[in-house]
Amino acid sequence: MTEPGQAGGAKEPQVPPESPAAPEPATTAAAPSGSTGSASTPDSTGTGGPGEPRVQLPRGEELARKSQVILDSLLEGNSVTVTVLAIVAAIVVGGLLIAFTSPTVLQAWGSLFSSPGNAFAQAWDAASGAYVAMFEGSIFNPHTIAAVFQQASLSDALHDGYISAVFNPLSETCVRATPLIFAGLSVALAFRAGLFNIGGQSQWIGGAMLATWLGFGVSLPPFIHCVVCVIGGFVGGAIIGWVPGILKAKTGAHEVIVTIMLNYVLEYLLAWILGTSAMGKPGTDDLVSPNIAGNAVLPHIAGPSLRINAGFPLALVAAAAVWWLLSRSTVGFEFRTVGANPRAARTAGMSVQRSWILVLVIAGGLAGLAGASVIQGTDHYLTYQSYGTYGIDAITVALLGRAKPLGTVLAALLYGALYAGGVQMQAATSTPASMTGVIQALIVLFVASPAFVRALFRLRGERSGTGERLAKGWSS
Amino acid sequence: MTAALVTVGRDQAALSRRLATSASFAVLGLVDILVLGNLAHHGDATFGLSLPGAAVTVPSLHAPAAPVAYAMGAASLVLAVLRALTEMGRRLRLVTIGAVVLFFVVSLLCWADAGNAIPLNLIDLLQTTLTSSIPIILGAMAGCLCERSGVINIAIEGQLLFGAFGAALVASAFNGLYLGLVTGSLAGGLIGALLAVFAIRYMVDQVILGVVLNVFALGLTDFLFDRVLTPYQNRLNSPATFGAVKIPGLGDIPVIGPVFFDSTIFLYITYAVVILVQVGLFSTRWGLRVRAVGEHPTAADTVGIRVLGIRYRQVLLGGLVAGIGGAFLTIGSVGSFGEDMSSGLGYIALAAVIFGRWRPLGALGAALIFGFATSLEQILSTLNTPLPSNLLLMAPYAATIIAVATRGGNIRPPKADGQPYVKA
Repeated sequence: MTEPGQAGGAKEPQVPPESPAAPEPATTAAAPSGSTGSASTPDSTGTGGPGEPRVQLPRGEELARKSQVILDSLLEGNSVTVTVLAIVAAIVVGGLLIAFTSPTVLQAWGSLFSSPGNAFAQAWDAASGAYVAMFEGSIFNPHTIAAVFQQASLSDALHDGYISAVFNPLSETCVRATPLIFAGLSVALAFRAGLFNIGGQSQWIGGAMLATWLGFGVSLPPFIHCVVCVIGGFVGGAIIGWVPGILKAKTGAHEVIVTIMLNYVLEYLLAWILGTSAMGKPGTDDLVSPNIAGNAVLPHIAGPSLRINAGFPLALVAAAAVWWLLSRSTVGFEFRTVGANPRAARTAGMSVQRSWILVLVIAGGLAGLAGASVIQGTDHYLTYQSYGTYGIDAITVALLGRAKPLGTVLAALLYGALYAGGVQMQAATSTPASMTGVIQALIVLFVASPAFVRALFRLRGERSGTGERLAKGWSS
Repeated sequence: MTAALVTVGRDQAALSRRLATSASFAVLGLVDILVLGNLAHHGDATFGLSLPGAAVTVPSLHAPAAPVAYAMGAASLVLAVLRALTEMGRRLRLVTIGAVVLFFVVSLLCWADAGNAIPLNLIDLLQTTLTSSIPIILGAMAGCLCERSGVINIAIEGQLLFGAFGAALVASAFNGLYLGLVTGSLAGGLIGALLAVFAIRYMVDQVILGVVLNVFALGLTDFLFDRVLTPYQNRLNSPATFGAVKIPGLGDIPVIGPVFFDSTIFLYITYAVVILVQVGLFSTRWGLRVRAVGEHPTAADTVGIRVLGIRYRQVLLGGLVAGIGGAFLTIGSVGSFGEDMSSGLGYIALAAVIFGRWRPLGALGAALIFGFATSLEQILSTLNTPLPSNLLLMAPYAATIIAVATRGGNIRPPKADGQPYVKA
């Protein structure tokens, strides 16, 4: 993650601060080499085609053609290239924003002509410092490993928690990614069936409410209680997801409006029910639920000092299940057909209405699992604001993952890393954690507009059309 | 509305809707009788009709709470039966819906104030309704402007938020309220410009683009709030606010005057915008062209209308209008900017657009309903009624779901709404 930041950051002083085109010079060097063809390829910089220097070898003809294919597909701006470039662009723009809102940097730029070096150095320090802190908070912090080697023996290090400190950033990333995987899958699944589920928040609340209620309201043996609550989370979300599904199928009400409205309905329902004796914590006026029973808590999977819990593998299982559902099952085939062309689906004898209902029920259940995973995994109680921004994040995660299960998992991990890193960034530098929101939004904005990214980086391929159409307008 | 439903059979969907409408009438009627009528305290409900210090005072209105609620409930039940049994025309259907909602509101007000020493001031209620509707109305007008030309605008929320931010920042830093108003409008226009470029030039899926722009606006304003506004709160985030301007003559009319003609400049701007958008879209050549582009861009192009040019202009105009609504949130009411201060109003405005069938006057009506619910909640909380405010706040959203479900098939968006135009 620091690599692209460096590349962009090094360019940044030469380009006016407001220009989003800062990274252009970095790639224009590679672009012409691809378009000039394999025979006359100039000395390769090593960035574009790894096989190019072999042009001079005896079997060069064939290899060159192969490398040309690889290079072409990269420059063509396929979805992986576009996603990577979108992330790079977002990080560069974010870096500029960090640098040029910092008082010290602005002061240094105020005296640009007396000491230009200082101005650039300050800007670079602000941006790189923030990103390094982000990396240390989300993936790996070198200081922790140094601390391990300062211990007398490895067993001492293990015993005193120095080893787990090394893995703490990764654990935090996974913990934050867990609900995003569930919720992202929910939106992704609906996208594939041609539905736009903005109702992640309502379904999250539905799942969390039922899981929490089962968590403190009943008492069951250890393993069973946990499973019951997880199932409760799915059912709670599924019930809320069923509402837009049945309304769309029976009356034609657009799911976007219904799910947006349900978000508010559930928000107020949650605040109300936490104030009643049914779910409120006795003896307090705060809108919180009692803590769930110890048996209902998802167990830690990497020692007690790391927050990572069984929710994370569960989320991966859910992703695998959604993958199976979509690409290996009859129901999933119907979903995708309905998403691609409802009329054709109907002509082929599929029930479009039933698919709509079923998709939203399952999608709701997945978002409900996100709620259950937060309550049972980390929070252990429900407040009137627990739902946070999961509903909207779910949409952006699904978009970033291109509505595919594996993509969604990776996107959720990236988001998790940004959130975990944002906390560290705020602690270590003066950059507020809300920076993560900007970076996330920029990434998704760029990913959603592949044509723009291709134009920005001078890639070949379609520059005006959009790749895939996930959501449909009002008259789907 | 959906292509799918058309083939399955309109009749069935229409029947479902008719029964659903009837059922919701009945539920509201029963709530009137069993909850509001039954639980009302004995005694009259008193409604004040003039504000303290008004030139002409109007005597207060008295009504026996429980009997009124019973009567309203009974009337709703009758309408429910009629609605289930007869096929009604469109106009009649709208009237029945309006009547049942009105009955419910009257019962609710009677119940809330029955046996209460403080009279419930209707003028105050209506005044708050109008002011809290302003951002929703302006957002909805932005939606109409965009969507009538065929570009879906979900980014209203982001436009409001940017408008609020820009207005507070500039009005505070340069100590100029009108400068803040213009900046707020331009800030909304900036999101509009992004929407236009990405939707029209790069053909990004418009529903997704709108959501993403909202996330972007939220992220950026959050960041700038933490980074720039909070450290320099006094200099950059303490704008003055517009005061109320009473229109001479009109403002002194009892009841109507204080409600409609004694408010900040934002209310008057809102009047102007609604009239301009309604008349402009439906009675001018400009509007005809916009609607042609939104319904059938190819045909419009054939007769020489510049499709993309019109779309760019409409989306930008929408952004500017929504930006004014955003400016209201800061320099028109509370002053300083706060994180996520539009708090979903943009989505409400979007619902109002759809609810109002992409017509400015319809959207205005829907926006006023949301504004009324907000102000009702504020007023009732001062009356100390035992009603949980959270359940009341939920009501307009639940009502929207019911309305969309019961009127779903009647709601037809502009035909080319959301579809990028490529010249053949």
